[in-house]
Amino acid sequence: MADTLVAPHEAEHDPHLRHHFANADQQLDSATLGMWTFLITEVLFFGGMFTAYVIYRSLYHDAFAATSMVMNVPLGGINTGVLICSSLSMALAVRAAQLGQRKAQIISLLLTMFFGVVFLGVKAYEYHEKYIEHLIPGPNFQFPEAPQYFHNAQILFFLYFAMTGMHAVHMIIGLGLLTFLLIGAYRSKYGPTYFTPVEMIGLYWHFVDVVWIFLFPLLYLIGHTK
Amino acid sequence: MATLATRPTGYSDAPSEEEPLNYLNATHGWKSWLLTVDHKRIALLYLFSITLMFFMGGTFAILVRLHLTSPNGLFSPEVYNRLFSMHGIVMVFFFLVPSIPATLGNFLLPIMIGAKDLAFPRINLLSWYIYVLGAAFAIYAVARGGVDTGWTFYTPYSTTYSNSYVLAAAFGVFVAGFSSILTGLNFIVTVHKMRAPGMSWGRLPLFVWAHYATGLIQILGTPVVAIALVLVGMERVMHVGIFDPRVGGDPILFQHIFWFYSHPAVYIMILPGMGIISEVISCFSRKRVFGYDFIAASSMGIAVLGFLVWGHHMFITGESMYTGVVFSFLSFFVAVPSAVKVFNWMATMYKGSVTFDSPMLYAFAFIGLFTIGGLTGLYLSTLATNVTLHGTYFVVAHFHFVMVGGMVVAFLAGLHFWWPKITGRMYNEPWAKFAALLVFLGFNLTFLPQFILGYLGMPRRYSAYPPEFQTLNVLSSAGATVLGVAFIIPMIYLTYAWFFGPKVGKNPWEAKGLEWEVASPPITLNFEKTPTVTEEAYNYGPVEEVIG
Amino acid sequence: MLANLSPLADFFLASEIASKQGSAIDELWWFETAVTVVMTVLIFVGIAIFAYKFRKRPGVQATQIEGSTFLEIGWSIFPFLVMLVMFWWGADLFYAAQTPPKDAMEVFITGKQWMWKVQYPNGYREIDALHVPVGQPVKLTMASEDVIHSFSIPAFRVRHDVVPGTYDTLWFTPTKPGTYHLFCTEYCGNQHAHMIGYVTVLERADWEKWSGGGGAGGSLTEQGQQLFTQNGCSTCHLLDQQGRCPILRNLYNKPVQLADGRTVLADDAYLRESILMPNAKIVAGFEPNIMPNFQGQLSEEQVIQLIAYIKSLSPATPTSQQGSQQPPVVIAPKAKPAPTVKTIASIQ
Repeated sequence: MADTLVAPHEAEHDPHLRHHFANADQQLDSATLGMWTFLITEVLFFGGMFTAYVIYRSLYHDAFAATSMVMNVPLGGINTGVLICSSLSMALAVRAAQLGQRKAQIISLLLTMFFGVVFLGVKAYEYHEKYIEHLIPGPNFQFPEAPQYFHNAQILFFLYFAMTGMHAVHMIIGLGLLTFLLIGAYRSKYGPTYFTPVEMIGLYWHFVDVVWIFLFPLLYLIGHTK
Repeated sequence: MATLATRPTGYSDAPSEEEPLNYLNATHGWKSWLLTVDHKRIALLYLFSITLMFFMGGTFAILVRLHLTSPNGLFSPEVYNRLFSMHGIVMVFFFLVPSIPATLGNFLLPIMIGAKDLAFPRINLLSWYIYVLGAAFAIYAVARGGVDTGWTFYTPYSTTYSNSYVLAAAFGVFVAGFSSILTGLNFIVTVHKMRAPGMSWGRLPLFVWAHYATGLIQILGTPVVAIALVLVGMERVMHVGIFDPRVGGDPILFQHIFWFYSHPAVYIMILPGMGIISEVISCFSRKRVFGYDFIAASSMGIAVLGFLVWGHHMFITGESMYTGVVFSFLSFFVAVPSAVKVFNWMATMYKGSVTFDSPMLYAFAFIGLFTIGGLTGLYLSTLATNVTLHGTYFVVAHFHFVMVGGMVVAFLAGLHFWWPKITGRMYNEPWAKFAALLVFLGFNLTFLPQFILGYLGMPRRYSAYPPEFQTLNVLSSAGATVLGVAFIIPMIYLTYAWFFGPKVGKNPWEAKGLEWEVASPPITLNFEKTPTVTEEAYNYGPVEEVIG
Repeated sequence: MLANLSPLADFFLASEIASKQGSAIDELWWFETAVTVVMTVLIFVGIAIFAYKFRKRPGVQATQIEGSTFLEIGWSIFPFLVMLVMFWWGADLFYAAQTPPKDAMEVFITGKQWMWKVQYPNGYREIDALHVPVGQPVKLTMASEDVIHSFSIPAFRVRHDVVPGTYDTLWFTPTKPGTYHLFCTEYCGNQHAHMIGYVTVLERADWEKWSGGGGAGGSLTEQGQQLFTQNGCSTCHLLDQQGRCPILRNLYNKPVQLADGRTVLADDAYLRESILMPNAKIVAGFEPNIMPNFQGQLSEEQVIQLIAYIKSLSPATPTSQQGSQQPPVVIAPKAKPAPTVKTIASIQ
């Protein structure tokens, strides 16, 4: 990159310090504010869909409750547990990076990625289930469990796929970011003086987890009586 | 790694001994531009791309106005509908929203606060590539035949009935939105964390305040339109969705989500322009800006209030009377900070020492045209008159007055004001004055008749119209031709100046501000040494008078 | 006070005003125009004067002034007060436009790409044209069969979006006989610019002549009754005793208790939803999933006819009164009235 022209300066400084920053603190501060600002944009992004969900739930209360009956609560519950564990392993990865523990970093990051992959696998299975049961809105949609809600149920399922789908996209991006961290951890890039990427991506991962914590009760649990 | 003092050997086109290193000549080759992280070079990359998009959108505009010279038009309705839609989409999302922040904002913000670059230079470059990707999708949509939903993508037409390239266009806008979000994010973090010692919030140039407020809107509003477009795209693919009345969906919900962003978006467009005007008026009156605190506060106030008024686009959709009353009231409320700015700018000229260089002429034009645009917005905030004017040419005239008469004119003011700083050379002033006058005349001839057309009832987005409207339409189209020429003239002399204009020193305008204390053009890292700020902004002299 | 302005308005720049609320709205429009012109002139002249008076002169320095809180408050509050006048005035007129008088004549409009289909209570239908008598309040109930349209009569200063999936209404009282433009003003596709027509306001006597007969199929109410029988509604919705379905007599515009506890008003929109999406709202004490839904099987116009019939089962509704005031149905096709001269010259 053309970050090659710099003012004459002491050769001795943190190699991770980018030249437009005055010191490492300013760099870490900026990164933290930047990531939190980005997460706020994500709140607004998912917020649009949550708003639509709230509005339609209040309009079509019974139809939405009926759709909870066909959601796979056990699988959703497993996914919730998996994600919570992944947040734990992510937090451990950040801790390991702060302490400069290379092996612990690698194991924690691998665990986090493993949990993420499990989550996506379960999700893929659920989507497949929905496909077989004709619960994808559109010309093939069927809802024999409560045919009186045939129309309005499609609204819920549309939101289901939109919200969990968008969440899954964020998980996939997160897996990519974790791969990047894994490579860095393998190369011993992160330690007590520089662990910013691990912490920032950790924040992102936790956020994606929190979104699921909201999605699960709204889509699976409310109205589910069995 | 090269240091400042020396150049790498082996360049056959090394500059002469006298030309100092600056951000333009420090490195050569296309890779040094396409992989740059220098905010100034990225600003120029943006300038190049948005100018291209401006010309594309402008070509559509000329074709639209050409079509409207006769009641039955030149093109088929299909073509016309795509022309006005693509004009709107390209101009709003690929020109107006990024323009000032991504070019002048990118270039000047770090320098104005005494920083070496933005907080996240690589994200800055990424934002340009994202913009280019979005623009590529938009151009693809145009090449395949365009989209005909209007820039507003209203459902269920866009989701169920349109036979045009909705997905491509919507995706292009979606992608470009991320460019806007990243720019805003960068600006916010930069202003918070990268100010030089002594540069307190109360000493920030008003240009910086404006871009900070704009950044807030960018990060909070853009994600919402992104999700609106995702939902439209999904509904188009799945052939059913949450905006489809056949399954109990509400088409008006789309409008709420869309306008929740698109109204604040117009403040993304105008606030940076207002920031420029503060800088220009101050310099060419040789005075500190009157009411600095109030102008800074008004920028923040507009950013906040701008999020509370979106329903004024929907008074006649069937939203409840009470909803309408609340939005109408708040829409009037948000007009107050803008009016405050206009009065403060005029007061800045009071007892000043005014010169009439071309940036100042553009600033005058801005104040006049933005005033008309803002005042005509009051008709639209009023519930009863909104009913008669919604969906007519009155609305078209109103928003062109604020967007073109306001924002584009401010952009031109800023380009001219900072061109010597960006390029190190001065442009031809007589041509600039001529172009400013031509812009003003051409613009008024284009859009004033449209207020009358709207009052008479002519609907917008009409490919054909009753013959009694023809005279006013022909006048408007004549104006558009003049305006088109007027926009091309600066392109020519500014480009000419870049290569052949007379060189200037650090401060050709004798203005106050950190950007005028660095070289023209600046060195790559802006400052040889990080400055320490000891005085407030626009310190043209000691305060002599306080009124009231 | 400002009523005198309206005739003035007819002299220059003004577009025809032919409705009561149109005149009222135009007064507000001229007030806003006066404010706009005054402010614009003040600012243009102000800039010119300041630019000239304080132009750079040799030896004269600029005087640095910090600001003035007094001025800031003044020039914030004063414009805001003027705006409050606009706001209040506009909200007041808007409120009046929401509530049609009880004796308003109802006409039903269906918008579809790319035409306006008009149905009168007497069963008469036309396309892209509306005939109304002068001086009589008219309430339009509008539905869309496809996308969002917007019904606009510039000369009456009325407009309302027509959104699919619901009913939208507007009302006006015409004041001047003549022919006026009718436009669709929400972009709706290819032929949006051709979804236009004419509104003809007739003198009372001409109106009686024009509307004297009925449509070939009978009044709206009668057509609705036919549909009610043909589609099997009468097998469940027995007229005088409770069957498996809610009774429809005396239902219109009364509150209804739903199974989920809510209470809603049985207005036109409710009736429409009950026909096209019956499971959206189940009446308390009844089972869901019994009534078939007729979405896709009944057009918006047919739904309007059914609703006219249901309304006729309730006493003292305007439509039912009008229906009963019409002369008996003439099944043989009636000769169309003589075409009215389109006096477009009356439009600016």
